[in-house]
Amino acid sequence: MTDLLGWGGIIGQMMVQFAPTLIALIATFALSITYKRRLGLYGKLFDSTIGMIGLALVLFWVYTAFFAGVLDLIATHDPLDQSASMKKKLPGTPYSKLIGKADPEAGAYYILGGDNLGRDVFSRVIAGSIKVILIAPFATIFAFMVGVTLGLPAGYYGGKFDTVLSFIANLVMAFPVILLFYLLVTPEIVHTGIPVYMAAILFIFPVIFLTILWQSRYDTQPAKRNIYVGITLVIGLWLYLGIAWDADPLGLIRFPPNLLVVFVAVVFVNAPTVFRIVRGLVLDIKTRDYVAAAQTRGEGPWYIMLWEILPNARGPLLVDFCLRIGYTTILLGTLGFFGLGLESESADWGKMIIDGRKLLSANILHIAIPPALALLSLVLGLNFLADGLREESLRD
Amino acid sequence: MLLTALCLTLLVFFLTNLAPNLEKLAKTQGNFRMADEEVTTYLANHGYAQPFLAKYGQWLGVLPGYVIKGHDGQTRAKCAPENRAIETAPRFCGILQGNWGQSSVIKKDVGTVIADKLALTGKLMFWVLVLMVPSALLIGVLAGMREGSRTDRTLSTISITTSATPEYVSGVLFIAVFASSAVGLKWFKGTATSAMDNATFENFFLPVLTIAAYGMGYIARMTRASMAEVMTSQYIRTARLKGVSFGNIVVKHALRNALIAPFTVIMLQFPWLLNGVVIVETLFNYKGFGWAMVLAASNNDIELLLGISVVSVIVVLLTQLISDIGYVYLNPRISVT
Repeated sequence: MTDLLGWGGIIGQMMVQFAPTLIALIATFALSITYKRRLGLYGKLFDSTIGMIGLALVLFWVYTAFFAGVLDLIATHDPLDQSASMKKKLPGTPYSKLIGKADPEAGAYYILGGDNLGRDVFSRVIAGSIKVILIAPFATIFAFMVGVTLGLPAGYYGGKFDTVLSFIANLVMAFPVILLFYLLVTPEIVHTGIPVYMAAILFIFPVIFLTILWQSRYDTQPAKRNIYVGITLVIGLWLYLGIAWDADPLGLIRFPPNLLVVFVAVVFVNAPTVFRIVRGLVLDIKTRDYVAAAQTRGEGPWYIMLWEILPNARGPLLVDFCLRIGYTTILLGTLGFFGLGLESESADWGKMIIDGRKLLSANILHIAIPPALALLSLVLGLNFLADGLREESLRD
Repeated sequence: MLLTALCLTLLVFFLTNLAPNLEKLAKTQGNFRMADEEVTTYLANHGYAQPFLAKYGQWLGVLPGYVIKGHDGQTRAKCAPENRAIETAPRFCGILQGNWGQSSVIKKDVGTVIADKLALTGKLMFWVLVLMVPSALLIGVLAGMREGSRTDRTLSTISITTSATPEYVSGVLFIAVFASSAVGLKWFKGTATSAMDNATFENFFLPVLTIAAYGMGYIARMTRASMAEVMTSQYIRTARLKGVSFGNIVVKHALRNALIAPFTVIMLQFPWLLNGVVIVETLFNYKGFGWAMVLAASNNDIELLLGISVVSVIVVLLTQLISDIGYVYLNPRISVT
């Protein structure tokens, strides 16, 4: 029987577990700083302290999720494995099991203690990061695709189309987010199949977006156009069938239904805001001379929107993208906090926080604090990164 | 605005009236081991089995309320609560007649429930605004006064940090640091249940601080940006060259113009605060509006949920209206057209 670890020991153990992440992080920074003059906007990020701190925090969680999810490093225990003798144990308690045999490959300690069911808090925080890093950026990308595909024509053409879309966007935004989640993300709603229909509508937008993108660019070069549009349609529709309808003809792509609801809800909440931002930017940019020049040249409206206006709106959109990933992370936490849309046991930062909150009054802090700090550091990193990007892109 | 409110309630009505949700409602109201036929009779007896639009019309008060003779021989009417005779009941009883319906969880009239809960949440919101607005403006003005200085950088970083911390994280951290004996400070209480009747600094400060911190960062950043812009304008330079002291420039010349933009932001923060209220009331067990919303939503209490969404939509749209009007009032260059 080994003894309880002290705080020094706990930090040491954590450093050992995080070693792959830290090495990757240091390597990235060393390489980037050496070649920063050749790396464009990304390189310029290394001129601002706040941008660098932000990038470090974000990359820390990205690498952690990668090493833990793909290579199965970092985490010391199975996040779902319960041990009756480890319930509510303090950080640094040696691992033991009351019933059954302990997993010989598991770590010797619960580095950050055990939760109310005797699961390892440290491993659960790591497992939670995989989920967040997987969902948040993709949900944000989808929200951007929807917002951009609808916002560009709304701003460019105006008129009835714009009025109707703006009304719908305002409608969704006037809805209290949590009420929307409570109505959308319940097992009862999953039964009715509404999330699938919503997914079917929302997820077709990336395919439409890319198809129009290639079509408008290579309209005059049919050979090239056919290749690009063909590839997009084949892969896009294949993924679309698999993700939205769960009807992949090859049976490779599947999406767990309760994850799909969460994904759809988050995209649905974010898309109207993106729509508003894009629409506002288009209204501003379409009065510029280069747009008038393209119109005089006889370019089609979609070419102007996608290849003249959109690239010139990239600065504010990039900044908003970073902030929005952070906001999506907060939303995912909120969903977990109210226990919506996940299996009761799965590791989720929001759920861990609310579970731990119940024990705060009993003076057990180590269950709620680690996931809270993890979520805080990731969102903070994204905000700092956005701030750094804004500063640097203003400087050009 | 009316159209938005109508569309939103229609949406809530649609989602809460889906078959699986009604089944859940029947089971929570009746008993959990109901067979499928019993669920069907229960729903038919209580008027849930009517066509969707008919139900919506009755709730709104443009269609006469149902009178159904149930399979068990008892006659039930929407407009007659259990203790009232059906013959004397009015024909219409919807929201237009001022009848919000009956909450199935709290077993009270939705109107009174919402009024009670709104009063509690209003108290919370009032103190949040008292704490949030002055401190946010102060931070913003101090930071924007000298752009790029060390004060500016420190305060900007602080405001980014608070606006990046969701309520459920900051709330938990505050409770852990200030309310648990593990850290040893024990300055405040970790729950606000007692603050519902008797709010003191000790039991009410943490929830107020938690909501205020999240909104504060954003307002402070807006104030900073607007202040920094004003400080570079011509008339400030003129005042400086005239020899007006720096303090006087900030207070007398810059401040008024710099506060136009934050005003609209403060008003538009209301919907956000509403979100924060739901989380914080759950976290601190303060039984206000947000708490009622969670209760109603998790029990599929249709009428309470509709009442809550009507109120919150009105709040959101009203603040948008006030911010538009206030903007015109503060900035004479913009006319109402």
